[in-house]
Amino acid sequence: MQVVPISVTLGPVKKKKINRARKPVKRLSKAARKKAPPAKKSVAENVIPPAVTEPLTTADKMATKQRDISVSEFFLKNRHLLGFDNPKKALLTTIKEAVDNSLDACEEAKILPDILVEVKPLEQEDRFVVIVADNGPGVVREQIPSIFGKLLYGSKFHSMKQARGQQGIGISAAGMYGQLTTGVSTKITSRISAKRPAHYFEIQIDTAKNKPTILKDEIVQWQRPHGTKVQIELEAKYQKGPRSVEDYIRQTALANPHATISFKGPDGTKETYKAATRKLPVSPKEIKPHPHGVELGILMKMLKSTTSRKVSAFLSRDFARISTRTANNICKQAGIDPKAKPTAIAHNEADKLYRSMNATKIMNPPTNCLSPIGEPALLAALKANVDADFYTAITRPPSVYRGNPFQIEIAVAYGGKMPTEELAQLMRFANRVPLMYQQSACATTKSVLQTAWKNYGVSQSKGALPTGPLMVAIHMASVWVPFTSESKEAVASYPEIIREIKLALQETGRRLDAYIRRGAREDEARRKKDYIKSYLPHIGIGLREILGFKQKDERKVLDLLTGILEKERA
Amino acid sequence: MDKSTEKMIVEAAEKLYKEILRREVPMLDFPMRSLENVTYDKKKGFFEIGDRVVERTLSYNTIKTFAQTIRMMALSHEIVKKNDMATKREAYYVSKNWGDARFTEQPESDTIMDDIEAHFRLNREKLGFIPEEKGGDIVGKLVVIDHDPNTGKEIRIDCTGFGTGAYSIPTDCEGLRFETKAKFILAIETAGMFQRLVKHNFYTTADCILISMGGVPTRACRRFIRRLADAYKLPVYAFVDGDPYGMTNIYRTLKVGSGNNAHLNKFFCVPQASYLGVTPQDIIDYKLKDATHPLEEVDIKRAKDALKNDPFIRSHKPWRDAIEQMLKMGVRVEQQAFAKHGLNHVIEKYLPQKLKHPAKFLP
Repeated sequence: MQVVPISVTLGPVKKKKINRARKPVKRLSKAARKKAPPAKKSVAENVIPPAVTEPLTTADKMATKQRDISVSEFFLKNRHLLGFDNPKKALLTTIKEAVDNSLDACEEAKILPDILVEVKPLEQEDRFVVIVADNGPGVVREQIPSIFGKLLYGSKFHSMKQARGQQGIGISAAGMYGQLTTGVSTKITSRISAKRPAHYFEIQIDTAKNKPTILKDEIVQWQRPHGTKVQIELEAKYQKGPRSVEDYIRQTALANPHATISFKGPDGTKETYKAATRKLPVSPKEIKPHPHGVELGILMKMLKSTTSRKVSAFLSRDFARISTRTANNICKQAGIDPKAKPTAIAHNEADKLYRSMNATKIMNPPTNCLSPIGEPALLAALKANVDADFYTAITRPPSVYRGNPFQIEIAVAYGGKMPTEELAQLMRFANRVPLMYQQSACATTKSVLQTAWKNYGVSQSKGALPTGPLMVAIHMASVWVPFTSESKEAVASYPEIIREIKLALQETGRRLDAYIRRGAREDEARRKKDYIKSYLPHIGIGLREILGFKQKDERKVLDLLTGILEKERA
Repeated sequence: MDKSTEKMIVEAAEKLYKEILRREVPMLDFPMRSLENVTYDKKKGFFEIGDRVVERTLSYNTIKTFAQTIRMMALSHEIVKKNDMATKREAYYVSKNWGDARFTEQPESDTIMDDIEAHFRLNREKLGFIPEEKGGDIVGKLVVIDHDPNTGKEIRIDCTGFGTGAYSIPTDCEGLRFETKAKFILAIETAGMFQRLVKHNFYTTADCILISMGGVPTRACRRFIRRLADAYKLPVYAFVDGDPYGMTNIYRTLKVGSGNNAHLNKFFCVPQASYLGVTPQDIIDYKLKDATHPLEEVDIKRAKDALKNDPFIRSHKPWRDAIEQMLKMGVRVEQQAFAKHGLNHVIEKYLPQKLKHPAKFLP
């Protein structure tokens, strides 16, 4: 029996990467190996009931209680960590997982995403069908069951690369949630090319074994030349307003201006967010970890698994920004022979190495690994999705916190039909994914609160978001977005991050201020024009009465006077 | 005369119209109406308007008053053409029909009217507007010859025949003629003092004409006194409160006209007037010290202002001295203060004694 190292999902989980149309890579992450709880490991397999004659020791008694934890059991107990706390959030998480997969797949295949999201109502009030279809590269037939019917399959876990989807544990988890709440299988249709047929699968997850059970495997007709469609039936609650599916779709469209996203709601609502740009985002590059960004545990793991034969080589090859000379210096500082075998480094030596690494001044990591949305695309998306009078966007130059490159982008919309008496709308994004929950714990929110909006012509109560027809969208792109907790909905408040966000907010604030002032000036000019308009006719009337000229002459006088006054004021 | 008013208005409108046709910014000019822009010549005896001009070019800031001025000119044009008239109050109400250009308070329309007067250097009566203010009351040895406004028949008004009442000066006194044997005119500030003098037949005993000005004399009042005094070469004595307001506002306006309407002063002033009292010296001479009030801040300000800016006060040393004396004493005195010595002290002692030496009156 295969035991799933469950705690994997509790670590700094990155989303399962689906290697569509490619050979599957089955690999457990380093962190997974590191954090697998040894106490529970395969205990159940080896338990032999002790002889009845002997009195049971406490250990024996305990041993009888030890048994395998099924994935489903774990899942149900920890659903809150995985984004399935309540029916409303479950619906959102399911859609998020599917959409994230679609966007990732499309981008990797260099296809402009065209994604349809549909939530269909069922007879039971608390049941819905979620359908997400994309025009991505599709998934090869052999791989479909594993991707959708097995948890923790494939991983881009812990690669030093900006990636979407740091929430949840993937589409198979959503499928499992559906299966656990409704008993209905996950239905997948996928096609990899117009020349190849579309495959249709119905899959259940064998929760005890964490293996897919294929219920149907057919060739079907599908009008899309390539793409994937997932259908999951689940217990959920559909609700409008903040943190709703619509809200998520809208925000996703904003952070992914290259994607076209259509949404059909259970109540018949239809919404299409057309791509605001036809430029695909630059694919982020993978970088080696920066020495200042790794924890001791990770360092030890890396020492164990490196292919380098010497510590100095290990340092310069497996990390970013370490030259051979720096590597030797680090070793010298740590009192370790640079020629020592990395696998032979003991715990206390590793600790010394870790300290030495952190004490050494090392160049910041390369920042070309980041793929921000970019000012033009952000602006285009904002204009397409928000009805406002003023738009501005700013992409800060890349910066670094704890050895991790990151980049802050801010888009601001002002005026239009947004309510003037309400708090500003704040949208938060991490690697293009909207953060829907835990707003108040987020570094982005803190930065907005700490910015003096009054200086920019926007009112703000003490300790509150600014008030006015204002929308602020903050995006953090990073190889590693630090979240405050496992639910990954709030960015941790590193001073470097707060500083960057605030700098960006101040810049957009200054632009907003200029606009508001200009608006005030224009209002004034309009007011003056109206004022002049209300008195000008009287000059015409008076002159007509005295000079006795005709209506025609009076109109001429008015036209001329209007011209004269406009010239004067200009 | 009315023909010329009409013509002047038309010419002004034509000038504006031509400017507009030339795509120039239309402009109206007005003589500056303030004490800053008056000159005083002792020989001429009245305030003359200076040559400082306020130009009102059409702009965002001026458009409201500009529009109102033109509509007011049009109204005046219409009234004059129809040989009608409108009181200032009526003109104000006419504006209620002007939509956005209407006046909200009468002082606004009065100011525009004054502007137009000054612009044309005409008095408002010639523009067809008449004030509603009382001209003043008269009792004394005077016969006013007026005519019935309907029949044109001559009417002789004996100003001694009003019993306890008085003859009221009309707003337009140009058509009046006078007959009198009085020796002088006594112009009195308050109605109360006027009543006392009337009651005790002072006009008979002193052989004079009593006029109640009721504060600063109106244009009609000044014009009436002027015509009467000119006709019979009568001296005019002013009897007002001994305070800065009585001296520099009431008396000064009576004698040389106002700074605000200096364009009209030539006719609306009484250069032959002199100041009987009450003077600061009277306070000492008539032992009124304990019947005075301390000068208030506004009084001091007004007095100092007159010393500094009023061309009339500045050109008469006796006046400068009197005001300095008052400031030094720090008190003001009212006409009624003589009641301290007995209600009729003013009739029995003060006025007769003063009237013996008119040469000592302040100029």
